[in-house]
Amino acid sequence: MKSLRVRLFAILLLATGLIWLSAMAWIYLGSRREVERVLDNRLQEAARMVSSLVGAVGGPDSDGTPRTFQAPMSYERQLSCQIWSIDGRMVARSSGAPERRLSDAPAGFSEREVDGETWRVFTVEEPEKGVRVMVGDRLGLRERLVTDLIMGLLAPALLIVPLLGLLIWVSLGRGLRPLRLMARNLAARDADDMSPIDAALAPTEVRPLAAALNALFLKVEAARRHERDVTAFAAHELRTPLTGLKTQAQVALAATDPDVTRAALRQIMAAVDRTAHLVRQLLDAARLDAATEARPLTDVELGALVTETVRTMRTPPGIRTVIDPELRGFTIRGDPDSLRLAVRNLHENAVQHMETGTIEWGRRPEGGGVFVRDEGPGIPDEELPHVTKRFFRGRHKSATGSGLGLAIAELASRRSGLSLQLRNRSDRPGLEAEIFRG
Amino acid sequence: MRILVVEDDHIISDGLRAGLAMSGATVDCVATCADADAALAASRFGAVVLDLMLPDGSGLDVLRSLRGRGDRTPVLLLTARDAVADRIAGLDGGADDYLSKPFDLDELSARIRAVVRRASGRAAASLEHGGIRLDPGTLTVTVDGATVTVSRREFMVLAALMERPSVLRSKSELEDRLYGWQEEIESNAVEVHIHNLRAKIGKHAIETVRGLGYRMRAVA
Repeated sequence: MKSLRVRLFAILLLATGLIWLSAMAWIYLGSRREVERVLDNRLQEAARMVSSLVGAVGGPDSDGTPRTFQAPMSYERQLSCQIWSIDGRMVARSSGAPERRLSDAPAGFSEREVDGETWRVFTVEEPEKGVRVMVGDRLGLRERLVTDLIMGLLAPALLIVPLLGLLIWVSLGRGLRPLRLMARNLAARDADDMSPIDAALAPTEVRPLAAALNALFLKVEAARRHERDVTAFAAHELRTPLTGLKTQAQVALAATDPDVTRAALRQIMAAVDRTAHLVRQLLDAARLDAATEARPLTDVELGALVTETVRTMRTPPGIRTVIDPELRGFTIRGDPDSLRLAVRNLHENAVQHMETGTIEWGRRPEGGGVFVRDEGPGIPDEELPHVTKRFFRGRHKSATGSGLGLAIAELASRRSGLSLQLRNRSDRPGLEAEIFRG
Repeated sequence: MRILVVEDDHIISDGLRAGLAMSGATVDCVATCADADAALAASRFGAVVLDLMLPDGSGLDVLRSLRGRGDRTPVLLLTARDAVADRIAGLDGGADDYLSKPFDLDELSARIRAVVRRASGRAAASLEHGGIRLDPGTLTVTVDGATVTVSRREFMVLAALMERPSVLRSKSELEDRLYGWQEEIESNAVEVHIHNLRAKIGKHAIETVRGLGYRMRAVA
């Protein structure tokens, strides 16, 4: 159900209806019991009263036909009375009472079907007078009495239900007004307006929602600031190769010496390569930033992943890459695309900081994970915490680096729920990077 | 003129070396603050092109220590950021001009010539002395209105002498202005250039003071 108001309305109406129905059932059952008790008492009383009168009435008429008598009270429509002698002759009956014997029970309450109607009868036995007095009424009548009672209650209730519904509907509208107001304020906001909602003004129930919205605003604002910063940095970082390109292009255009022209063109090629590399890294970083939903993690075979990734990269002739055979068949849980990106950028970083030497990929001695060691200059300890920041370029920055590689490696590791740790080698100058779960 | 380029990006500094050489300058390139300090302490430069973001610090520090030594070598800043604050800090720190990356090579040359001219107290862009006119912007030399073709090095020698015609320039001073650190210098290179120049602009235009150096002959 979309509308909170409709939903609340339905729930309230249903609940009210249910309570009403149970109340009705209770009243019905209670009334019936009470009516039965009262009417039984009446039967009993009437029977006793008649039996006390029997002595004065005397025996049956001489001609043997039972006498009818007027009941002392106007009971004729509801109560019927019969007086039988102990030996089974009818002595008298009230007018309107059936001629058939109402009960065979010697005394007390009994029920019996006479002429298609069920009668409830109370019998009083008077052995010394030689008679049985039976007073009874029809159960159908009793039932009608209770039904009439309930109907009397139900009729106004049915009239009231629509009124009640209207009242609930209007009250809900008023009750939900703070929500509507908040929604209207939010809808009227500018896209850039990230100012928090005043949670104090919101009703208690809505306050968690307002707080959650404010937290969301903060997050969105932070994301936008981050985006602006990155864009500014990227623009700055792109300017350097563009400056090189422009300068060299002007040299190539103006030079009369063909050697100078050729040298400038070669530099242009290098600058284009570098710019392309930078653009690819910017795209990689942007893609990692954009991947907000968690990627499905699978078991990634590290040996194959590292071998494949390193093979597709250009490594200068002076640099040797060693991949520990132990990595083969060794798996880590992660997103293969992100892991490949992390491995590529770590390898690239190693290559960029070495003239000659060995890059070693291997399995972390303790726990799962993979490490790569290079024989470059390493990173000054005070710069280590900063090198994974975007566009940070330390003292040992390479000629072709963009300041993005380690940031991408870190971001990509995090996308797989893994950590990237960088430290300087203890055995010799060089950087050791580890990717592991922890 | 000899120019020091302080720029850590290899492609840019290489382009500047080639580009500024075409406008008649000798260029030395360094990539760090430390190297820049050392170079500025060791040699005299006609101008410095200084990048602000260097791997071991800010170009502003280099500028500050340069001015702190009382060195008035013209300095042109290169900034990659558009931040006005950077430029103000640069100009207040003693820079003569600035350019934002990416810049135009011709504009950079013109601005270098302008700051050099201003530093030497001249108003005109060209140098003139006794019928000889030298235009650093176009690298042309005219003698009494007629254009004379000179080589780049010859132009630099003539420019050095004509900046202050009455001042003597020693042979090593001229060599310093003609050649960068990495360049091989023939022992009689300056003499050869002077000889060629005399042939082009007139036998007596340049005066040799034996054992001391060269200067322009005083106009009668």
